[in-house]
Amino acid sequence: MLKLQGNAISLDVKFNKRALFIVTKRAGLPSTIKAKYAFLLDSYLNYEEGYGAYISFDKVQGSGISNHFHLPIEMNYLADGDVISIEPSGRINSLFRKNSAHNTILLTEQCNHYCLMCSQPPKNIDDSWLLDEAMALLELIPRETVNIGFSGGEPTLYGDRFLGLINKSKLMLPRTSIDVLSNGRAFSDLFFTANYAATNHPDCVIGIPIYSDDPARHDYVVQAEGAFDETIQGILNLKKYRQKVEIRIVIHKQTIERLVQTCEFIARNLLFVDHVALMGLEMMGFTRANLDQLWIDPFEYKNILSEAVGVLSSYGINTSVYNHQLCVINDDVLPYYKKSISDWKNEYVDQCNLCVKKSECGGFFSSSKLHRYSDHIKAVI
Amino acid sequence: MSNFQTIEFYKNKKKEYSLLPFRFECLGENNYVVTNLAGEHLIITRDALENLVRHKLNSSSADYVNLRAKHFLTDDKTQIAKELLSIKLRTKYSVLSEFTGLHIFVVSLRCEHSCPYCQVSRQSDDKVKFDMSTEVADRSIDLALRSPSKNIKIEFQGGEPLLNFQLIKYIVLASKTRGGDKNISFVIATNLALINEEILIFCKEHKILISTSLDGPKEIHNTNRPRPKGNSYEKAVEGIQLAREYLGIDSVSALMTTTQNSLGHVKEIIDEYLKYSFLGIFLRPLSPYGFALKTKTYAAYNADVWHEFYMEGLEYIIDLNRKGIKFREYYTSTILTKMFTSQEVGYVDLMSPSGIGIAAVVYNYDGSVYASDESRMLAEMGDNSFELGNVLINSYEDIFLNPKLLDPIEESFAFSVPMCNECAFEAYCGADPVFHHGVFKDFIGRKPDSEFCKRNMKIFKYLIKRMEHDPYVKKLFMSWAQPNA
Repeated sequence: MLKLQGNAISLDVKFNKRALFIVTKRAGLPSTIKAKYAFLLDSYLNYEEGYGAYISFDKVQGSGISNHFHLPIEMNYLADGDVISIEPSGRINSLFRKNSAHNTILLTEQCNHYCLMCSQPPKNIDDSWLLDEAMALLELIPRETVNIGFSGGEPTLYGDRFLGLINKSKLMLPRTSIDVLSNGRAFSDLFFTANYAATNHPDCVIGIPIYSDDPARHDYVVQAEGAFDETIQGILNLKKYRQKVEIRIVIHKQTIERLVQTCEFIARNLLFVDHVALMGLEMMGFTRANLDQLWIDPFEYKNILSEAVGVLSSYGINTSVYNHQLCVINDDVLPYYKKSISDWKNEYVDQCNLCVKKSECGGFFSSSKLHRYSDHIKAVI
Repeated sequence: MSNFQTIEFYKNKKKEYSLLPFRFECLGENNYVVTNLAGEHLIITRDALENLVRHKLNSSSADYVNLRAKHFLTDDKTQIAKELLSIKLRTKYSVLSEFTGLHIFVVSLRCEHSCPYCQVSRQSDDKVKFDMSTEVADRSIDLALRSPSKNIKIEFQGGEPLLNFQLIKYIVLASKTRGGDKNISFVIATNLALINEEILIFCKEHKILISTSLDGPKEIHNTNRPRPKGNSYEKAVEGIQLAREYLGIDSVSALMTTTQNSLGHVKEIIDEYLKYSFLGIFLRPLSPYGFALKTKTYAAYNADVWHEFYMEGLEYIIDLNRKGIKFREYYTSTILTKMFTSQEVGYVDLMSPSGIGIAAVVYNYDGSVYASDESRMLAEMGDNSFELGNVLINSYEDIFLNPKLLDPIEESFAFSVPMCNECAFEAYCGADPVFHHGVFKDFIGRKPDSEFCKRNMKIFKYLIKRMEHDPYVKKLFMSWAQPNA
């Protein structure tokens, strides 16, 4: 698992607030753009004046270079084109990694849901600086980037400012597809949806969770009364405006019981959605606190998963199963099985070492490996 | 005194659920199928049904949760059901705005076959009398192209349409020239006895599909479909193979008709379809029209006998699928599409409002226009109720606004027909005013006496029960429900 933030030892800091830089190893950049870059120093020999900041991983002793930060060695994955934020205190965050296919940008930790299994527990504090930073980040991300994600919290709580972000994404990164994770409730306002559609982004998908066909159960899982109706209305409104929608279902003890009926509900009522993702449970945030209510061994529900996938695929719905291990699913799920490629999702346990399918298997969330995973993991030999 | 409630009763009045429109039918024993406005179904016990309608269903019961999720009831937890139901209903009926998509041209009534169940054909060499003229064809093309539908399918029928292939060529070329931005596709319904390379080269050039008849193995087929040399079967299977060489395997489809000879042989008939690599079969009962009535072939079996034949065939097909052989029964597929989706497949017999005229229309060889293929068969028996006009005399408006078309559509609309309106299977069924007029002399008929009603009711119940406790069959049926999969 990558360390996405760390504290640098900084010497002579000349800026007084959090600033974003593109990482570069290249010397001799034109002076008109130099200030946007953090120059990755190999040694003092390639020091050159004019860069916004200087970073290095070795213990180079002070040489009077201003804005020079010694990063923890764990962050030496940073490469050309990555974007980092640096605080005057020396706090460093990796915000965008050019070599990752899945860059997700956190927009807020505020949320109007309080999901039993939230991996990013909401905080009710003003963190709108995150949105400001995301707006700035859009100017630094390379234009050839294939995809970026926006997540929260609930990004649409920003209202029109969220629409501004989507609009800016389209203007700054016209060829980059966008995934937004949202509970969809804001789109139950047809006027908001119309304005969202009017941004006319060519490839933006809103990923919205539906946890049950039973409104009471969905509301319980997200801990918000009336959520189900607003979420469904939001999806209907988005499709009325021909916007792309993905339905996301996290599988756990509270959702597995009606998973097949939920998929039937989607097939009958929301057939027009673009994708349905069935996902394993991540052992983060609230999940660990609510583990008794949530944990079910994937091995125990594998037949239900097969049936649910069977329903969706019968109806020709584009379906994917994420975050499951090959040894705990039935073969009929394989055509829909996706190996996730995010950095924090590809871990393996000891049993996996002998497995011949390891390279095809999605493995575990780092958090699952640490805290809880199926009792039925066994190597395919 | 005790009839009066205390003030507490009014104060503490609990919020109740409201029922949404639904219908039910007994499946035998203690089980009932309930269907909602969009045709989604659930099976519940009689007790649950009684509690439901008496507003006594416990909101924490599984039945309650299922009924709410499938839009049979709504409560203060959720109000989205009406919106979702209305979308599903709109989707189902949206096909109506397309209006007539299928245009059947009877280019010749002549035929070299003399099938006893045939609805319409003549053994004659009199081309003047029984072939469609260029003038009739021209006017018919104009009418077909007036349809608001962007997709127009022209089907050539007979008699044997290949006896007038010159006119088929003329119609294909002329309709393409005049078609503007319409997507026009073509089908020839032929017994293939007269197929040859010249015809197939033309078919290939214009992507014309072939629909033929295959009643089963040689003995059954040749008994059902006599022709001078007694070689209808040989001609058909040779023709199928030749046509596929030119047009590709999926451009040739086949239809079968069930006669008395077919009874007891459904497996052999299906095997014959497998032998020729068809992906499915349409087990089709005889219709009470034409020679079928005259020669008493129609009376040879009733709905019960038919059902046994159909059921045996369907079970055999299910078993084939279990063995990994993908094969469908198309009538079942049509019904399943209505059970599992909001799509309208457009099979005229199972449409309500009826598809006559507004889904399909027939231009007869002599210029007369009929509301459906069955309508012209009825006319052959002297019942002209569905003759809408003549292309040589009447305008598009005359024909398609003719009360002879609009009245039966309106009167037979199952949603408002006595007994149909309360039938749990209304959403799966059709209006079929032509059948009922043929039998009962009115557009509706008496449903308890209607073989159409009996036959379909039995199938609906059978299919619902069949998949209830067999997950494999449910999954198979769900996949059959997708017309394009």
